[in-house]
Amino acid sequence: MTAALALGDDALVLSHRLGEWAGHAPVLEEEVALANIALDLLGQARMLLSFVGDEDQLAYLREERAFRNVQLVEQPNGDFAHTIARQLYFSVYQHLLYERLAAGQGEFADLAAKAVKEVAYHRDHAEQWVLRLGDGTAESHERMQRALDALWRFTDELFEPVEGVDVDRHALRDGWLAAVTSVVERATLTLPSGPQSGAWTAGAGRQGLHTEPFGRMLAEMQHLHRSHPGASW
Amino acid sequence: MAAVTADQKTQGTADTADAEHLAAFDAAVAADDRIEPRDWMPEAYRASLVRQMAQHAHSEIIGMQPEANWISRAPSLRRKAILMAKVQDEAGHGLYLYSAAETLGTSREELLDKLHAGRQRYSSIFNYPTLTWADVGAIGWLVDGAAITNQVPLCRCSYGPYARAMIRICKEESFHQRQGYELLLALSRGTSAQHEMAQDAVNRWWWPSLMMFGPPDDSSAHSAQSMAWKIKRHSNDELRRRFVDICVPQAEALGLTLPDPDIRWNEDLGQHDYGAIDWTEFQEVLKGNGPCNEQRLAQRRMAHEEGAWVRDAAAAYADKHAARPGTAGAAAQHVEATA
Repeated sequence: MTAALALGDDALVLSHRLGEWAGHAPVLEEEVALANIALDLLGQARMLLSFVGDEDQLAYLREERAFRNVQLVEQPNGDFAHTIARQLYFSVYQHLLYERLAAGQGEFADLAAKAVKEVAYHRDHAEQWVLRLGDGTAESHERMQRALDALWRFTDELFEPVEGVDVDRHALRDGWLAAVTSVVERATLTLPSGPQSGAWTAGAGRQGLHTEPFGRMLAEMQHLHRSHPGASW
Repeated sequence: MAAVTADQKTQGTADTADAEHLAAFDAAVAADDRIEPRDWMPEAYRASLVRQMAQHAHSEIIGMQPEANWISRAPSLRRKAILMAKVQDEAGHGLYLYSAAETLGTSREELLDKLHAGRQRYSSIFNYPTLTWADVGAIGWLVDGAAITNQVPLCRCSYGPYARAMIRICKEESFHQRQGYELLLALSRGTSAQHEMAQDAVNRWWWPSLMMFGPPDDSSAHSAQSMAWKIKRHSNDELRRRFVDICVPQAEALGLTLPDPDIRWNEDLGQHDYGAIDWTEFQEVLKGNGPCNEQRLAQRRMAHEEGAWVRDAAAAYADKHAARPGTAGAAAQHVEATA
């Protein structure tokens, strides 16, 4: 059940990060949009984790080394551009992946068929903001470029093989790169270069090797649940 | 809109045309007709509505903070989803209410500027901290409960856009209130530590919730005029007492007590008597001296200031693409709502 855990953890962790925006968004419409995306992802996480076992046990009682999410989704929110860069990289990947899973006969076909509609919205939201920030003011352009560059090294991990996810990952990667390139260029930005394949972080999250901010995120997320062993809420 | 203060009412300078308008307005209010944005209305009515609706909208926005404080620590995924959805709804309620206020000739930006400058208020309740998870339940049960008691009569408010916004908002608020009650019930029937957490939260939120109905009738500045205009339908004390009557049996069903030894059924009046409210505390909170006033306003200002470059980017993008027809017309329209 590695696949459900990997995809479920991706959704759970990114949902948590987006939830941290509540009350801090740059405009009220984004309070609504970011919470909406966070809720969609949380719904996906709950379904996926339930394939594996008890959703709360899995979310609240596993330690850092047992989480299987990619490192991209655990990255701190940073400024709005960092959050949007993370959303672009992840939602394009998730959209292309779920399209393929929905078209197949595998165990995730039904879930993917439902989730792909949500993810299409997430992708559109991210793309629209990349265009606005990239092609907005000089400051927003610079911030957007910096964010794309900073998170670039976490993107290669998206295409590491996941046991039980039966898709052609090379084709997935080509599709992803074409889609991201197109948005980035339309936004008058430059596709980052530099370490991608072979960067020292690549592939680690799926093996339970995470970045430092993740442990702190889990400490906060799990604290109350762990303080009352066996309680129901 | 032109700034109008309460002592600059137009009635005093009414010429014949104004007198006719006023007569038509009074007749419409008396007949329980709705006043709509294009209708003539006394400037003081307009100003009073802007004040009340802005304060209401600000309360939704500031009210996101005490609850959002627990999103990252919600103890189960189900509760986390419920809480996120609730905070999202509050942002949505803020949006409805700002839109409704804009029909009176003001703008969201202007109202937010006044909030950030401390020139318009929000509900005193949100200046209290959420210290435990049970506070999320107490807010749902008591704070949303008080809000609903206040707001259901506003569904019949004389100003149409406000009344219609309230109909939508009250539906969602009732849902949140039931969820808050259910959260507290789970805690109350849970472990002894959970029960204690629930009781402690009710102890801390009870009195501030009663204060949500505003000052007592004999010292409420706006009440009489608002009732004459049918903006308000019931007095502060009347609504407060109604709320106490609703809460007493609910607290019993929860297995929790209300922190007021003076609550008892008054057979003669057919309602509950309750103890004295600490109006000094209320006044201090209103003056900005509550536990979280500074923190709430500072976070709100920071979100706004740190988001300025994002709003500027959206506006600059919309300008560029409006000037180049055919490239992103639909997208530019989309962002106008966002900017």
